[in-house]
Amino acid sequence: MSSSGIKTERLAGWNRPPVIESDGEGELLEVAMGPHHPSTHGVFRMDVVLDGERVIKLKPVFGYLHRNHEQLGQSQSYLANMPYTDRLDYFCSLTNNWAYALAVEKLAGQEVPERAEYLRVILAELTRVQNHASTIGFLLQEMGASGTPLMYAFREREKILDLFESLTGSRMMCNYMRFGGCRVDASPAWLDATRKVVDGLPAFIDEFERFLMTNEILIARCQGIGVLRPDLAVNAGISGPMLRASGVNYDIRKVDHYGIYDRFKFRVPLGDHGDIYDRYMVRMLEMRESISILKQALKELPTGPVMDPKAKIRNFRPKPGEVYGRIEAPKGELGFYLISDGSPNPYRYRIRPPSFINLTVLEDMCLGSNVADVVLIFGSVDIVLGEVDR
Amino acid sequence: MKSVEEIKSAIEAAVPGATVSVVPNPAPTAQHSLLIGAERAIQIAEFLRDDGELALDFLSNVTGVDWLDKEISEKVKVTRQVPKSVDGVEQIVEETVEETRKRVELGYLEAVYHLYSVAKKHGPVVVRLRTANRTDQVELPSLTPIWRSAEFQEREIFDLFGIVFTGHPDLRRILMWDEFKDHPMRRDYVEPDDFEYEPTPHDEVLKRAQEHKAKVAAGEAIQ
Repeated sequence: MSSSGIKTERLAGWNRPPVIESDGEGELLEVAMGPHHPSTHGVFRMDVVLDGERVIKLKPVFGYLHRNHEQLGQSQSYLANMPYTDRLDYFCSLTNNWAYALAVEKLAGQEVPERAEYLRVILAELTRVQNHASTIGFLLQEMGASGTPLMYAFREREKILDLFESLTGSRMMCNYMRFGGCRVDASPAWLDATRKVVDGLPAFIDEFERFLMTNEILIARCQGIGVLRPDLAVNAGISGPMLRASGVNYDIRKVDHYGIYDRFKFRVPLGDHGDIYDRYMVRMLEMRESISILKQALKELPTGPVMDPKAKIRNFRPKPGEVYGRIEAPKGELGFYLISDGSPNPYRYRIRPPSFINLTVLEDMCLGSNVADVVLIFGSVDIVLGEVDR
Repeated sequence: MKSVEEIKSAIEAAVPGATVSVVPNPAPTAQHSLLIGAERAIQIAEFLRDDGELALDFLSNVTGVDWLDKEISEKVKVTRQVPKSVDGVEQIVEETVEETRKRVELGYLEAVYHLYSVAKKHGPVVVRLRTANRTDQVELPSLTPIWRSAEFQEREIFDLFGIVFTGHPDLRRILMWDEFKDHPMRRDYVEPDDFEYEPTPHDEVLKRAQEHKAKVAAGEAIQ
């Protein structure tokens, strides 16, 4: 053990998926789950080798939605790329906007006014609530709770999307943030509507929990399934609720204090076992913490401009250099790596997609479990293919 | 956290024979990076991960960067011996003239690793590896055995940039299909000639159609 408390003496190949032998009875079955399997959220394939019901090998296949987003980003100006970030993780376009704006602001040394920082926090936490609610809804859908929990989640999500629409003009493709602030200011009427929605959220989460937390089927299918060890989670670059469900206390809002997150009081929920149930519970608890941040931010919201008057919109050319900016997006660490050569386009534009990297351990979590559990384990990772394939 | 220079000397003390240099970053963040030699890259990575003080256990981001061959023209002062007649006598005189010389600086492919520490909550430390050129010596050691999170990201770099990571457990294309040739994230990537007939082409489409017809006439493409 090193002083950091994380194991360093390890067996060779400790971070590789284990090799599982078949029991030698019967034939092995190769199944291509996806790209049209309803649980794969669109276009994703898992090539699974089954020994009876047991998974002995699993290889994820990507690229069905690949559009070379990074090359697109390099062929247009910094600002023109902002609406394209909406299309990465299309559930959370506002956090994508923020991560990109944060990276470019770091590159250009751009300040952001106070009110804009608060609006960014409010929108990011609303995004987190609706993302977690729908993720849990989808997970339960895949568990066989057909429709009902998902519709409960979507009812709440719809209220938040209405807020997004009235502020930014679009429900999902928000394109709201700019380098040095936000595009438009929030009106008092919008803030009142937001307060109303936020005040209604705890009741929804209570209801959700009451129905589900002690549900026998949910517990039977989630507890002890898809376990991810904390040392492997850190080594494999897992981030977000999935990392914290394995008991690793790492929240970029707390570590980097980007934006104004050091002003808010909130706790970081941690899991104990790293199974599906913990991932589900961490998301539940994170929604409650988000509501607490939202209440604080809505109370303290100052007046003032939402855009730095000195921010350069036209002919924006950052000086040569490189930067890596990252935020805690609902799915994990969303980072943007930019290299500027002094021209209006980025020389290199790279996205660190959380859901793509979180899939690294999909095989490790699925090996040895039943094929029916693969669907659940995959659902508990929380991915969006727009971001995985880019 | 240690500064980049301190990390550099720590690496040099711990890994004998390691070549490390600091690449300055002029951006306001001044996040300088460490360029490490490919021969000792695995040992250096292991040291960065397991050192008690650094404990960079979280490899967040791995990415490729393509730097093209650069043609550099520079003015050089050259002294030459020139025959010249001075006062009617043929003599050899030294004369200094300015000459423009062109040389090609070979481009390279770069793999950039962003490291953080979950245990110590610090970072990032940026580590870079460079290939010798962009064409035939594009091999770099894979850091997947040290940090598992490099597995898919290095596959992506192999796919889109064409860096071959030796020692990678499963190096295949990941986003493009297996039969695909070329690497679409290279700066000099040219789209394939996937011509599609259009009845009344104009502008861009017309240009493409003409280029395609010329290629067919030259026998470089099929109808």
